Amino acid sequence: MKSKNKSLFYGIAGLLAVILVFFIIYGNQKDQSNYKTVETVNNIEGIKNGIHMNTGLVEAEGLPLVIAHCTGCHSGKLITQNRLSKDGWQETIRWMQKTQNLWDLGEDEKIIVDYLSKNYAPSAKGRREILKDIEWYSLEN
Amino acid sequence: MKRRHFITKTSLSALTVLVGTDIVFGRLIPSDYTPLVVQETDPFTLFSKDKGMKVLNDRPWNMEAQAHLLDDNITPNKFMFIRNNGLIPTTIDVDNWTLTINGESAKKQKTYSLAELKSKFKHYTYQLTLECGGNGRSEFNPPAKGNQWTVGAVSCANWTGIRLKDVLNDVGITKDAVYIGYHSADTHLRGDASKEPISRGVPMSKALQDETILAFKMNGDDIPIAHGYPLRLVAGGWPASASGKWINSISIRNKIHDGAKMKGTSYRVPCHPVGPGEKVEDEDMCIIESMPVKSIITYPKTGALIRHQKKLNIRGHAWAGELDVRSMKYSIDYGATWKNCKLEDPINRLSWQHFSATIEFPRKGYYEVWARAIDSKNNAQPMLLPGWNPKGYLNNACHRIAIKIV
Repeated sequence: MKSKNKSLFYGIAGLLAVILVFFIIYGNQKDQSNYKTVETVNNIEGIKNGIHMNTGLVEAEGLPLVIAHCTGCHSGKLITQNRLSKDGWQETIRWMQKTQNLWDLGEDEKIIVDYLSKNYAPSAKGRREILKDIEWYSLEN
Repeated sequence: MKRRHFITKTSLSALTVLVGTDIVFGRLIPSDYTPLVVQETDPFTLFSKDKGMKVLNDRPWNMEAQAHLLDDNITPNKFMFIRNNGLIPTTIDVDNWTLTINGESAKKQKTYSLAELKSKFKHYTYQLTLECGGNGRSEFNPPAKGNQWTVGAVSCANWTGIRLKDVLNDVGITKDAVYIGYHSADTHLRGDASKEPISRGVPMSKALQDETILAFKMNGDDIPIAHGYPLRLVAGGWPASASGKWINSISIRNKIHDGAKMKGTSYRVPCHPVGPGEKVEDEDMCIIESMPVKSIITYPKTGALIRHQKKLNIRGHAWAGELDVRSMKYSIDYGATWKNCKLEDPINRLSWQHFSATIEFPRKGYYEVWARAIDSKNNAQPMLLPGWNPKGYLNNACHRIAIKIV
């Protein structure tokens, strides 16, 4: 019981420290140029079986940047249900910049495109796939 | 020094608890944007949907049915797919809701209250098929980006409202009218008020059809919020994006409407056939009008194990955009032989039609039942994927279910 309270205290203290740092850093920050820099953390929380639970994205190199730039505005599902080549993902970013107010990704772009094209690449499926994921059940009629 | 003001002390700590370290990115969130995690809630409760529905996207909300959920002759709300391009309006003031008719080819600009529309014009009810232009997109190869719909982005509900042509004629249409375009109360994903998420339309010939209505009821009740309450344009048989939700204005245009999602590659397919993965220039993309002939087997659900020598009764629906379905066939031998299904006439134009058949299987083993509709112009559903197109529209390949005779 005692140790539980203790860890709770440290948890809250830690959280307050994070918030404090957040305001120290960003509160004093001057307006930046048109290139938007984003801060990311090294340890993303809430990873289960290699999946970031909040967004559904695969844990891999570049994940913090994808979370920072992409899933603030749209659902992670928009990424995870799609499969595109490197060119396809690149083109999608251009389209969002052209029509959806996405900002300049600067040097983060390469890392993001690499993450997407590596983890969400198309697989060959031919002209028609076999029926998959069939849940068999008895039908009495 | 500019400071973001969207985070108050309380919401910051609430957010921190909810999303953990993600709050570090809070600085990026536009000031008028509610973070996803705050607005997130259970869509099944929120929209009164069946738990069997599949959520494809939660910002914006997109959900689809499964084939076996679409068994009803008239689709109830709980099994109706949701397709949104933007965010559902958060406040709807029905008492002050108005519809404004304007545009280059309107004789004058005129604004109606909802009550006026309901009392001034005659009411009609039609059962109308609404299918997302991208239904079946998930099967295209190479893949097309967008929501990966399987077979469930189709519905056929009863819509009650007034004829669009009655309202347009009341305002007056000039001779140079070409198209109508709708404007709606939904908002852009990024909260940019200058952007419309979607503003599509139809040519005058479609706008003036009897069945093209401004609906205020669905299946006899107020239209559910996710489906366009309090006023929806319903243009059955065309990509459902032509049936704008939360309508507050309709423009009569003297040119093809140029609103959001009318241009570029949106709801367009190559004017001339292209090979899989080929790059197509925007000017070579043509607007989709009528949807193609298609059908689904709604009973039984795929995966049925059936005792040898028992007969299987199948049923489902078939539709063909602007056309009728003339005949309906099934095959249990991968298209080598086809047998006729019983096919009912549509209850009205642009409604889906019901089919049924009784199947006997010759011996034990694995089978697929394939369904194939043929329309009044003799177009049949292809068994493989139809022509590839950059955005993955119009997949009307025949529906298949798996059966084992044991």
